[in-house]
Amino acid sequence: MTNFWNEKAETMPRDDLEKLQGQKLNKLVKYVYDNVEFYHKKLDDMGIKPGDIKSVDDIVKIPLTYKTDLRDHYPFKLNAVPMDEIVRVHASSGTTGKPTVVSYTQKDIEDWTELMARTVTAPGISNKDVIQNAYGYGLFTGGLGFHYGAEKVGAAVIPISGGNTERQLMIMQDFGSTVLTCTPSYALYIAEYSKKLGIDVSKLALKKAICGAEPWSDNLRKTIEEVLQIDAYDIYGLSEIYGPGVSVECEEKNGMHIWEDFFIVEILDKETYEPVAEGEEGVLAFTTLEKTGMPLLRYITYDVSKFTKEKCACGRTCGRMAKVTGRADDMLIVRGINVFPSQIEHTLMQIPGIAGYYQIIIDRDIVDSLEVRVELTPDKFSEMKVLEKFKKNIESKLYNILQVKANVELVGPGTLPRSEGKAKHVIDKRTKNI
Amino acid sequence: MLKQISVFLPNQPGILAKFTKILMDKQINIRAMTMIETADYGILRLIVDKTQEALGVLKSENYLASVKEVIGVEIPDKPGVLHEIAEILGENNVNIEYIYSSSLFKGEAIIVLRVDNNDKATKVLKEKGINLVESKF
Repeated sequence: MTNFWNEKAETMPRDDLEKLQGQKLNKLVKYVYDNVEFYHKKLDDMGIKPGDIKSVDDIVKIPLTYKTDLRDHYPFKLNAVPMDEIVRVHASSGTTGKPTVVSYTQKDIEDWTELMARTVTAPGISNKDVIQNAYGYGLFTGGLGFHYGAEKVGAAVIPISGGNTERQLMIMQDFGSTVLTCTPSYALYIAEYSKKLGIDVSKLALKKAICGAEPWSDNLRKTIEEVLQIDAYDIYGLSEIYGPGVSVECEEKNGMHIWEDFFIVEILDKETYEPVAEGEEGVLAFTTLEKTGMPLLRYITYDVSKFTKEKCACGRTCGRMAKVTGRADDMLIVRGINVFPSQIEHTLMQIPGIAGYYQIIIDRDIVDSLEVRVELTPDKFSEMKVLEKFKKNIESKLYNILQVKANVELVGPGTLPRSEGKAKHVIDKRTKNI
Repeated sequence: MLKQISVFLPNQPGILAKFTKILMDKQINIRAMTMIETADYGILRLIVDKTQEALGVLKSENYLASVKEVIGVEIPDKPGVLHEIAEILGENNVNIEYIYSSSLFKGEAIIVLRVDNNDKATKVLKEKGINLVESKF
């Protein structure tokens, strides 16, 4: 027996669903044309009258939106409403020193809560559950996104946020948490830590985990499931499109259901951004059909995945996306946080005493580590205490921008590889362990 | 005062040998040295017989190197002498940042001190009759 949060929406016949999407798209294009200068100009430039967009198939006529458009309109210039109608702002990593900002109206928060309620319900979670929410609370959307959805379904939410693993395990035992929500690598860390503390996991009430915010393999899922003796489900989202709750696995664990009455999903060719055939791999793009604060047309996520409209055994008709298998840009995900090499470069270039050569090394020993090697210039060389202070200063500047800890290693001049053409700045050693 | 060269070296096998060969080839003699390390790198501090020549060759070989003035003290090699020096500097509020000693020979030793106030340290040590070593190179 499948549990639905909104059975009508989740099992709507596809013809009706696509008709509904067309109507919403028509309204959306008019809305952004009237309220967002950027889209007004773009549609005008392309010679498109908002009324021309009538059905889902017309979507290919409207402009794409890139992450750089968000950067160029930082922080609020893509908003369709004045600030008095905005009730919340979240942010994630931008490609330089400035974050990617997303503004929400009251309606957006309510819609997101509806999406998260569906998302929490799909893996079989209900008001009977105690949810230990170990996603970070703050500008990151993970914590608050889950919080609202879990409360909506009537579950008991423990807003513990990330970190402090010993306390996580104490609370898991004492409060009888039945669901853990966090990044897959943190779930693995908690699992390993429970072994270290000699906790008998068969005595825990924990039954499920919803893990996301970073790519993970089926192997990692198996490990988490075996060590914690639970079922683990994959979830997908990005702050630009609300946050978590864009899609989630149901109990079938066979692809993530996208709530298509809220989004038009497209898979585009990695280079040309032309739509690919159903089932082919490409870059995910989303159009937000209900957002009023910062609606987006055909937003390129750079996440590589596949999409199928085939009906799922759970009865849901909304299509499913495959696990994200990679990125079409150079974004890195470190401990669930998005990191762009350009952010690191931008930060380093503003610090005098650095030669301009750097290398980023990412590894995973249960949790991710981020190391930044920096070449010193001769005039910066000094006593060790000065160097150590300099290193700490770089680490703290990087933390301010990235929101994830980077260890800085100072190296001498000429140590880092020089290459003809594009320098090899990033070494990601994790591929085997993801 | 003595001229001390500090050199930045990665904390890896073979790095010191490469460095010392450069000095050997130029016939530069090391009078005193110490090496401190972090997980990633080390700093070698040394006093050599030909400071300017050493600096020149290190820069040309792309090493990060700098020169600083430190205090050299010649002391009898017997108990209590370092205590005496530390006490003089402490009473005069001179902070010792680091200290190392050179080879011991014929009952005498040389210690090298990096302090936060060279002039004051020189003055108070001299007043107490402590024998200071000067760079002749």
